[in-house]
Amino acid sequence: MVIAILLFVAVVGLVLFLTNLPKHMPSWGVAATFLFPAIILICFGLIYPAIVTFKNSFYGRDGTQGVGWANYIQIFTEPQFLRVLLNSVLWTILVPLLSTAVGLIYSVVVDRTRFEKLAKTLIFLPMAISMVGASIIWKFVYDQRVGLLSAVYTWVAKLFGHTVRAPQWLMNAPLNTFLLIFVMIWIEAGYAMTVLSTAIKGIPEDLVEAARLDGLNAWQQFIYLTIPMIRPSIVVVITTVAMAGLKSFDIVRTMTAGNYDTSVIANEFYTQSFLNQNTGLGAALAVLMFIIVIPVVVFNVRQLRKSQDVR
Amino acid sequence: MSEKKKARISRREKALIRTKNKLSSPWATAISIIIAVLWTIPTVGLLVTSFRQNRLAISTSGWWTSLLPKNWSDFGLANYKTVLGGTYNLGAYLTNSFVITIPGVLIPISLALLAAYAFAWCDFPGKNILFIAVFSLQVVPVQVAMIPLLTQYVNWGINNTFWVIWLTHTIFGLPLAIFMLHNFMCDIPRELIEAARVDGAGDVQIFLKVVLPLMVPATASFAIFQFLWVWNDLLVALAFTGNTASTAPLTARLSDMVGSRGSAWYLLAPGAFIAMIVPVLVFLFLQRYFVRGMLAGAVKG
Repeated sequence: MVIAILLFVAVVGLVLFLTNLPKHMPSWGVAATFLFPAIILICFGLIYPAIVTFKNSFYGRDGTQGVGWANYIQIFTEPQFLRVLLNSVLWTILVPLLSTAVGLIYSVVVDRTRFEKLAKTLIFLPMAISMVGASIIWKFVYDQRVGLLSAVYTWVAKLFGHTVRAPQWLMNAPLNTFLLIFVMIWIEAGYAMTVLSTAIKGIPEDLVEAARLDGLNAWQQFIYLTIPMIRPSIVVVITTVAMAGLKSFDIVRTMTAGNYDTSVIANEFYTQSFLNQNTGLGAALAVLMFIIVIPVVVFNVRQLRKSQDVR
Repeated sequence: MSEKKKARISRREKALIRTKNKLSSPWATAISIIIAVLWTIPTVGLLVTSFRQNRLAISTSGWWTSLLPKNWSDFGLANYKTVLGGTYNLGAYLTNSFVITIPGVLIPISLALLAAYAFAWCDFPGKNILFIAVFSLQVVPVQVAMIPLLTQYVNWGINNTFWVIWLTHTIFGLPLAIFMLHNFMCDIPRELIEAARVDGAGDVQIFLKVVLPLMVPATASFAIFQFLWVWNDLLVALAFTGNTASTAPLTARLSDMVGSRGSAWYLLAPGAFIAMIVPVLVFLFLQRYFVRGMLAGAVKG
């Protein structure tokens, strides 16, 4: 580790030294040397591999034989992969909508209460816990014998006069997919809450008071004042979390490894590329993820342009 | 900041708060409590379990039963001792996590600082297009790059070493790092840079003596991001470390343990908390910077 850091410090030092050498380096020259290491790494590590993957998606198992669209056709026709696509759609839609809803409601109800700081930290904390850690925490809740969910389930059943054993939660499709999605919501709600809460605090005091004087109750204030005022932030949160939902890998990998009909594109990519050694199919899945993300990129670039115009 | 704000709460605002609370409770209170409990109890449950020493009890009774005073003698550190040494050897993986994370944070941030400076304060043809390209790359799924990268690493014979993981985390972290640090850097007043130029400072001096000191808080906030991402990463770890005690981080080992030792909660619970403690501490102490970075990354974009 020490060698790596020293080597790296030497590289940065060299860049700075070389830039400083000529008396009057033109601006583009400075930019070129400053950008050089980052651009090289990005080209080598992202752009070139992405092109190779795109090419590989039209090749067979080991990447030597061209198969045309076969990998894509397989993904869009075999039931196993259709299930994967459907699950990914569920993840990409449910995670952003529900975590934004929870984050929004929570930030409104705890706003300016006495316990605001503590209350927010509690919701925010899962963001620091790794998805692997979160998966273990929730796998414990979903445990058939000693999990909290099972206990609540048997307890409620008893209230209605039934004595039942809790089901194997994570083996029951399609329920298990929703249980996994909930783990992701549990993680992302803190992010949604923090961004939205900041936006809510940015609403001018006068407006809130005017609304109150107009006789709007809390609910009406929320619908007619809060939501319209923070709409841009809501849009940003939803798109960001949607991307996280689409790329979700750790939770599925750790909790079910994609078994029992819970796999998603990101997990299937790993299974096909690394475990089944099917490079072509894995590449096609990766390209699909990229295609799904493109509209979000376009949208975000537009947002960026807008904010630059303002600046 | 919060103290100043408290002092500035006017009577009008106090009235407002009172009205608001009157309007929204008790429903609001009920909702907030339900959410807070749902978001906290699962973690508490596993934490309690990690200290339960009776393995039979762990796999047959709920963790809440151990909170009864008659069961208190059951608590202890035995599970932590078991997973840290012996065949589970989480201690070695914990060290790996540190060895992976420290350069995995320092290298991309330094390179990104250089690049962000070029984007923010240098003029060159094609700057905007290049910047938008970098910005767009941050949302490209890392999956599209993984297999060809792995092939490259195998060809070079550096597969399954720390070098590969540092390099990969640097590459995958760069687009977002450049974008965020650029956003922060643009907030530095132009006059400061101009003044330094008039005094005869070159770009390197400006970068080192004017920009870097001003960028310390912003850099810290991105550093926490990158730290959490690298420390908590599973995909890169599984793909590039070979999952052995010599290079794999805690996350990979834990994920493996969940698979192979399904419901050995006496191992998984302490394991999860050992992996969690470092990021949670960093997060709690540096929360403010983290939030700052989050808002700059999200809201400005």
